Amino acid sequence: MQNINTDFKTNPINNKASQVPPEERFREAVFSLLEQVPDPEVPVLSILDLGIVRDVKVIDDKVEIIITPTYSGCPAMDAISMDIRFKLIEYGYKNIKITQVLTPVWTTDWMTENGKKKLLEYGIAPPKRSTNNEDEMPKCPQCKSANTKLLSQFGSTACKALYQCNDCKEPFDYFKCH
Amino acid sequence: MQSENSSVNTEAKKIQTSKVPPSEGFREAFLLHLADTTLILTQRNGAWCGHGPILEQDIAITNITLDLIGQSRNFYQYAAKLINESSLAPSPVEKAGDEATEDSLAYLRTEREFKNLLLVEQENGDWAQTIVRQFLFSVYQYFLFEQLQNSKDDQLAAIAAKSLKEVTYHVSWSADWVIRLGDGTDESNERMQKAIAALWPYTGEMFMQADYEQGIISEIHLLKDRWIEKVKTVFEEATLAIPENIFMQSGGKNGVHTEKLGHILAEMQYLQRTNLGAKW
Ligand SMILES: [Zn+2]
Repeated sequence: MQNINTDFKTNPINNKASQVPPEERFREAVFSLLEQVPDPEVPVLSILDLGIVRDVKVIDDKVEIIITPTYSGCPAMDAISMDIRFKLIEYGYKNIKITQVLTPVWTTDWMTENGKKKLLEYGIAPPKRSTNNEDEMPKCPQCKSANTKLLSQFGSTACKALYQCNDCKEPFDYFKCH
Repeated sequence: MQSENSSVNTEAKKIQTSKVPPSEGFREAFLLHLADTTLILTQRNGAWCGHGPILEQDIAITNITLDLIGQSRNFYQYAAKLINESSLAPSPVEKAGDEATEDSLAYLRTEREFKNLLLVEQENGDWAQTIVRQFLFSVYQYFLFEQLQNSKDDQLAAIAAKSLKEVTYHVSWSADWVIRLGDGTDESNERMQKAIAALWPYTGEMFMQADYEQGIISEIHLLKDRWIEKVKTVFEEATLAIPENIFMQSGGKNGVHTEKLGHILAEMQYLQRTNLGAKW
């Protein structure tokens, strides 16, 4: 599964913009607005950082945003859909459709590197890649020690677990690998 | 005498309306079974919110419950879609005078129409009983969804694949608690063994195939073997014994419930029953 938002961000609109098909420019403009929509539960991340925007489809003046939930019971999905709609309306878009899909199943591997960096700075240990060894402990976001212990598999939201650093003793959230 | 007549009438009516092949309503029924089971366990577990033994575990059980209500909504939404597309018009549609929705299916169906497993309607009891119920159910759900994620029905497969990731956590959390309490103090072990005795009669039903499961769950025996193997392994580590020669209760899958479901529905459906279509 290619990560569209990453592709977009690493390929900013170049000076040959006139050669880019209009639909493509339209899509890129929509993506840059989606970058401004924060995840309501971890507001330091945009919905693009989180990897829940799967695609943007543009036909004439119609725009369809395809999103996928992090967890089945994610209570933020309705709020996110509404935030996307408001953001696009604010910039003059009228014909907006937001579609929720379940497949392919969301994984923390879709979180952008930039998103992981922002999480760490925010004090939340970012998820490891799901292919990595699960036994490897997350590093403490405060002192970077790997000497940490699990306090609870369930943290303040469904996507987080609660850990504690054995060195600096600070408890911290770990964004669970999913 | 009169009741006999009416039952004959419904039988006759059933035959008349069965122009559609029997398998036609199976998928809807199976989805409702999955939706009802996760919803009823949500309603049960939800009662722990704010009452968990310690803060972390209060959060854990409510997060698990949040996953379950999410799964339940996915199943209801899909069931509603199929029901609206099909010629089968179930009672909630008629009652609401509208299309079936996730809400009409959850709030306007009667006890006899609910197809949830008997296990999930059993009382919370103490923390041990809630843990045992969750563990026995999550292990079952894990192996069930493992099969369903390969279903030919794309949407069912998608919901199962999505849910499986969540259930993996539920199994590991509840298994940890089974071990901690089983292999804990004399009292915690005794309470666990009591909870197992109370709930075990409701586990057999999971592996008794309902009509509507035919052709959807093909390997129900495999499911049972895997389930018992996992339960045994964890119980052994927890120094807990599996009850033997227990009579297994059944009926939940076909709408025959213990009296507890009526109480659950009375509380859960009250608002919608008295103020049809109420929203906030
Ligand atoms: Zn530290």
